[in-house]
Amino acid sequence: MTRGVWIAAGVLLLTALCSLIVPAMSSYDYFTPHLELVSRPPSWTGGHLLGTDPLGRDLLIRVLWGCRISLLIALVASFMSVLIGVVWGATAGYLGGGADTVMMRIVDVFYSVPFVPFVIVLTVLFGHSLWLMFVAIGAVSWLDIARIVRGETLSLKRREFIDAARVAGAGGARMIFRHIVPNLLGVVIVYATLTVPTVILFEAFMSFLGVGVRVPLASLGTLLADGAADMQAHPHLLLAPACMLTVLVYCFNFLGDGLRDLLDPRRAR
Amino acid sequence: MSTDALLQVAGLSVRYETDHGHIDAIQELDLDLIRGECLGIVGESGSGKSALLLAIMGLLASTARARGSIRFRGTELIDLPTRAFNRLRGARLAMIFQDPLSALNPYLRVIDQLSEVARVHLRCARREAERRGLELMASVHINEPDRRARQYPHELSGGMRQRVMIAMALMAEPEIILADEPTTALDATVQAQILSLLHEVRVRSGASLLLVTHDLGVLAQLADRVGVMRAGRLLELASCEQLFYSPTHPYTRELLAAMPKLRVPA
Amino acid sequence: MIDTPLLEVRNLSVSFSVRHAGRTARLPALREIDLSLSRGETLGIVGESGSGKSTLARTLLRLTEAAGGTVRFDGTDLLALKGRSLRRMRARLQMIFQDGGSALDPRQRIGAALEEPLQTLRPEWPADGRDRRVRELLARVGLEPQQADRYPHEFSGGQAQRIGIARALIVEPELVVCDEPLSSLDVSIKAQIAGLLLELKRGLGLSMLFIAHDLPAVQLLSDRVLVLYLGRVMETAGCEALFTRPRHPYTRALLQSAPVPDPRVARSRAVAPIGGELPSALFPPSGCVFRTRCPYAVERCAIELPLPRTVGDSVVACHRAEDVS
Repeated sequence: MTRGVWIAAGVLLLTALCSLIVPAMSSYDYFTPHLELVSRPPSWTGGHLLGTDPLGRDLLIRVLWGCRISLLIALVASFMSVLIGVVWGATAGYLGGGADTVMMRIVDVFYSVPFVPFVIVLTVLFGHSLWLMFVAIGAVSWLDIARIVRGETLSLKRREFIDAARVAGAGGARMIFRHIVPNLLGVVIVYATLTVPTVILFEAFMSFLGVGVRVPLASLGTLLADGAADMQAHPHLLLAPACMLTVLVYCFNFLGDGLRDLLDPRRAR
Repeated sequence: MSTDALLQVAGLSVRYETDHGHIDAIQELDLDLIRGECLGIVGESGSGKSALLLAIMGLLASTARARGSIRFRGTELIDLPTRAFNRLRGARLAMIFQDPLSALNPYLRVIDQLSEVARVHLRCARREAERRGLELMASVHINEPDRRARQYPHELSGGMRQRVMIAMALMAEPEIILADEPTTALDATVQAQILSLLHEVRVRSGASLLLVTHDLGVLAQLADRVGVMRAGRLLELASCEQLFYSPTHPYTRELLAAMPKLRVPA
Repeated sequence: MIDTPLLEVRNLSVSFSVRHAGRTARLPALREIDLSLSRGETLGIVGESGSGKSTLARTLLRLTEAAGGTVRFDGTDLLALKGRSLRRMRARLQMIFQDGGSALDPRQRIGAALEEPLQTLRPEWPADGRDRRVRELLARVGLEPQQADRYPHEFSGGQAQRIGIARALIVEPELVVCDEPLSSLDVSIKAQIAGLLLELKRGLGLSMLFIAHDLPAVQLLSDRVLVLYLGRVMETAGCEALFTRPRHPYTRALLQSAPVPDPRVARSRAVAPIGGELPSALFPPSGCVFRTRCPYAVERCAIELPLPRTVGDSVVACHRAEDVS
């Protein structure tokens, strides 16, 4: 099991590195059209490993760029949502009572907001932008983390060492930051890692619908959209980004599962 | 080897395989259980006493390997095929667990769990099985057995749940009853009641009782013979009186000394 | 000579809200508890499950709020304290928990866990002296000072309990409440820890409230003993008196139920001393709470709550204490 986790982590790292380095080294860029090279299929010899897109741009470079953008969005948005979710959930769980109820009802309200129309409205109001994607996705993904963290906090509160810490004089801030948060980290890391693939898929979906990243910037979602449009004639345009997306999502899920197993037994002593 | 021995354990070794190597829960254990006797095994945590019972009942985890021999009336129990074992378990060999709350099915009413034993092992029809169940509940001194029978385990007190477990163990009239710390989870006053009950049950049914505990006081009351286990080995096996009044093994003496004795009113 | 008792509890009541049969009800965990503890004394508190003994410990340490009554610690009203004054009180009144392992934060090194009460409760303690104090306490409870860098899961049950004891004592408290400190331990370890507590009690002149269901340990460590049943005090007496001349039927039953590692004695009383089960705590019996299982119960016991009164060497809450032989 652990070996699989290392492989997943390795693949992710490798992909991230490639997406950063390779485009910089290559002579092709992701946005300049070369109308003489339109929609070439993949070839080892022709210089375009994955072929080209309808505007003659190298697909490999575009996919790697798409990877970069998707990972960026995923990691930033996940980080934001984890931060908000942990603070919200831990506070609600620790305070308990009325404050907890109010805070969790707010979470419920957010949950019921239909995500797609929400993002569309934001896009209409603020236009396409990378930052918008961060905000929109972050604003929705913190909900799950908040719930989980609140649940963990509630069960942590009941543990004997919290009583012991109180008897030893800990209270309020000290209790939360010294005793509760460190014991939450295990759960948080696991769920953060599992949030990332969700976010990647979100973004891909948004971009696919056209409300996400703006052309010529490529994200995996826009690449999928382009590819789907031309699926019959040039399947490689769809296959390449689809495979990349699948690999990323799979690896993150695997990593998350592995981390959960790795951290849990020690937690349960 | 006494011919009255119902259960003969010879050279029993139980080894658990883990990621970090192996753990020998039991090493080269020899033991006989005579018909009608109460044999007590005392040991602290990690001594292997629970593993012994699990090995006899064939309930060891899949990561455990048992070697040696456990013979019940001549039948070898180690590596006995599941189907054959299922015929013995619950019927000829019964077990009472430490925590009745986790040993009883929380979703089934008491009477359903009791009658299940009869339906499976005695092949009774439902009505007959329930009748036997109620009868047994009365015999283990459960008040208002009709009402209690329709309740769920969590609605009963600890002592009552343990009585239900004892009733379940008795249903098929077993020859051997294995008890794993049957009173540890109970209050002192209830513990005394259950110990009395176990004694009564054994005498009435003629079954042998193999009782495992960490509390020597329990064995002083019930056991005919006592064995002392530590780190998987049986260090001493003697009659109850002999063990308590003239123990031979230094560890036994340590254990006896470590029990602060209550100065009881005359 | 200090006359005022160190701890004085009068008419203490604690109840919990529980859900029962779809409705919220109040469960009376402790009712009208009176007790007092002098400096240097150890009061043993015995009772079975449902007796309220753990609730008592938690209420004294202000982990649970009382419903009524007063608790005076060295003259101060303990239940009224808040914030900083409560924290200052914690430096004088500490607790040893039941399960040493669970009472430690799994993510905190034990050195830090031991230092924490010094930092929060004794801020005047010189910062450079804290390290020394931690090592001193570790040695005092039989552990090695180097082990301060380890995490709780690296210790056995007995060792974890020693750490718990060290943590309770590090702030130099005047009163230590021990909530079943031996229950989760193996027999031989129990004896070691009981011995440690006895040694510390004598060496430091501690006042202790020793709560347990283990009678021999209570007998070993206590000067006086209080018996609880279903939230009420049944009997209070000097240790010797309680164990040799118990006046309350419940105390007798409890003493006779204790398993004795002596076959001849054990078999001479093969029959269970009392039958019946603990009544529901939500609906305690009227009058004397023990009457449903008491061999001496008469009509009066159901109608009139027996008040504590002196009979012989004990203070007993029983109408028929004189007849209990």
